[in-house]
Amino acid sequence: MVSQKEDKTSSVQQLIANSRNQKTKKIVEKAMPALLFSAAIISILTTFGIVFTLIFETFEFFKRVSITDFLFGTKWLPFSGNEPLFGILPLIAGTLKVTLIAVVVAVPFGIASAIYLSEYASEKTRRTVKPILEVLAGVPTIVYGFFALTFVTPILQEIVPGLKLFNALSPGIVVGIMILPMITSLSEDAMSSVPNSMREGALALGATKFEVAIKVVLPAALSGIVASVVLAISRAIGETMIVSLAGGSTPKFDLNVTDSIQTMTAYIVQVSTGDAGYGTTIYYSIYSVGFTLFIFTLVMNLLAHYISKRFREVY
Amino acid sequence: MRYMDDTVVMKRMTKRITANKVWKTLFFLATTFALVTLAVLLYRIVTQGIDYLNIDFLMNFASRFADKAGIKAALIGSLWLMAVVAPVSIILGVGTAIYLEEYAKKNRINDFIRMNISNLAGVPSIVFGLLGLTIFVRMMGLGKSILAAGFTMSLLILPVIIVAAQEAIRAVPNEQREASYGMGATKWQTILRVVLPAAIPGILTGSILALSRAIGETAPLVVIGIPVILQFLPNGLLSQFTALPMQIYDWAKRPQEAFQYVAAAGILVLMTVLLLMNSIAIYIRNKFQKRY
Repeated sequence: MVSQKEDKTSSVQQLIANSRNQKTKKIVEKAMPALLFSAAIISILTTFGIVFTLIFETFEFFKRVSITDFLFGTKWLPFSGNEPLFGILPLIAGTLKVTLIAVVVAVPFGIASAIYLSEYASEKTRRTVKPILEVLAGVPTIVYGFFALTFVTPILQEIVPGLKLFNALSPGIVVGIMILPMITSLSEDAMSSVPNSMREGALALGATKFEVAIKVVLPAALSGIVASVVLAISRAIGETMIVSLAGGSTPKFDLNVTDSIQTMTAYIVQVSTGDAGYGTTIYYSIYSVGFTLFIFTLVMNLLAHYISKRFREVY
Repeated sequence: MRYMDDTVVMKRMTKRITANKVWKTLFFLATTFALVTLAVLLYRIVTQGIDYLNIDFLMNFASRFADKAGIKAALIGSLWLMAVVAPVSIILGVGTAIYLEEYAKKNRINDFIRMNISNLAGVPSIVFGLLGLTIFVRMMGLGKSILAAGFTMSLLILPVIIVAAQEAIRAVPNEQREASYGMGATKWQTILRVVLPAAIPGILTGSILALSRAIGETAPLVVIGIPVILQFLPNGLLSQFTALPMQIYDWAKRPQEAFQYVAAAGILVLMTVLLLMNSIAIYIRNKFQKRY
């Protein structure tokens, strides 16, 4: 034991050897940040890749279809033989119908359960419920789509007369269930970060817990809650598998929710699973739709970012 | 001076207390709504799928006939996909996180990288599919291969891994780094031998959760054009393949009712894989995560 220890204390020779090692050390020290930086660059390249792909192929699309027809056309009939029509409004209408229904389901339930978890529930309940919500958030969308098609739609057909097998209502509700955990968990985070002293102040003045929740905590956490809702809307707009399984493939520019619809994402799926040859107008149309979708979600994400930054209360 | 009127106060108090109770119940019911939905969803799928779930189902290839349909190609395909996604996304993600947490100075480029990552996290997965189709399938000529799909999925889950790894690295207290520097270690040595080992549980937990998202993700695969009915197993990274969610999607949209049960059985397999991965993540989190 003793001799080993003596070996480890550095002699002069070892110090010289060490200083030689310093050279390779220096190289590693210089190379690693550069290497790691190149990994970080990948994420920027991804964004550029997405933006340029979408712009280039959409540009190709607009060589064949006029932009005004695309933006203001109320008929989306890409497969109709000689005279295909590419007006995006029906696809946007389908997307917004589903999103709106989803929001109507998710926002009240999401915020109500966030209030319950942050203001009423015991620590133990919160610790059990939150992981379960995580499970709900981790369920693949394909499973939700199957659930919508085989469970929610048949039940709704019993309740709502004239509801088609493919409709906006059923996928809308299920998308709402999908984004619910996101709203709950982000809103709960926002409400939990409201300092206890504010609650205690209100309680000391004789407020009930409900009054504290609605009049103190909710306004204080409002920016976080609104941001969570906006993020959830963005998620609902980009959701794909639920709407393409349960929404159908009939783009229509109206307000009917009992009829078959088509969303932007569902259209991209429809073309991808069919045989649109490379280079055809239909092939390029999925990029123009993808680009529109990208803009919608980007605006939502930036808005959520802005709200949570601009209106963040600092305690 | 007016004294408070006891009866008025009592009346108002009762009203407010009742309101509190009623709303508490409503909030509680809203919370149970999510839990009940989850329970119903799981119950439905288990009762629908359990009869079809047997060894034959796991060992058979896809088929036009519901009673012969199996999930072998999809299950193996998903494993192959993970064999690409796991190393690529973890190396890139952890590398980026180390760079951002340990090296990045506060300047424009690094701010841009940070902002960019949070924006990427909000891009719909189907748009990543379009990216994969153009860049990997067509421009790089990888075809509808495991590699093309794997790269696409890696980019998709990259933001999740980066954020998880950043949080894990940030949680390592500075005293540990300072102690390491104090002993004469260089920056990279400190990162490799002090920071990373301490951050690994957090990184692993986040990575496994991100990978389980990649396993369930369907939209990018659909856009890339991954085929469904395959009668062979992949034999290399450039080979064609199919994956669990693709297979389920195909079964779910078939008109014959029998395929609904097959789809449910497929979902059971997928959910089992996910549950397994999530429990590993939770196990790692509970067992190894230290609080400083």
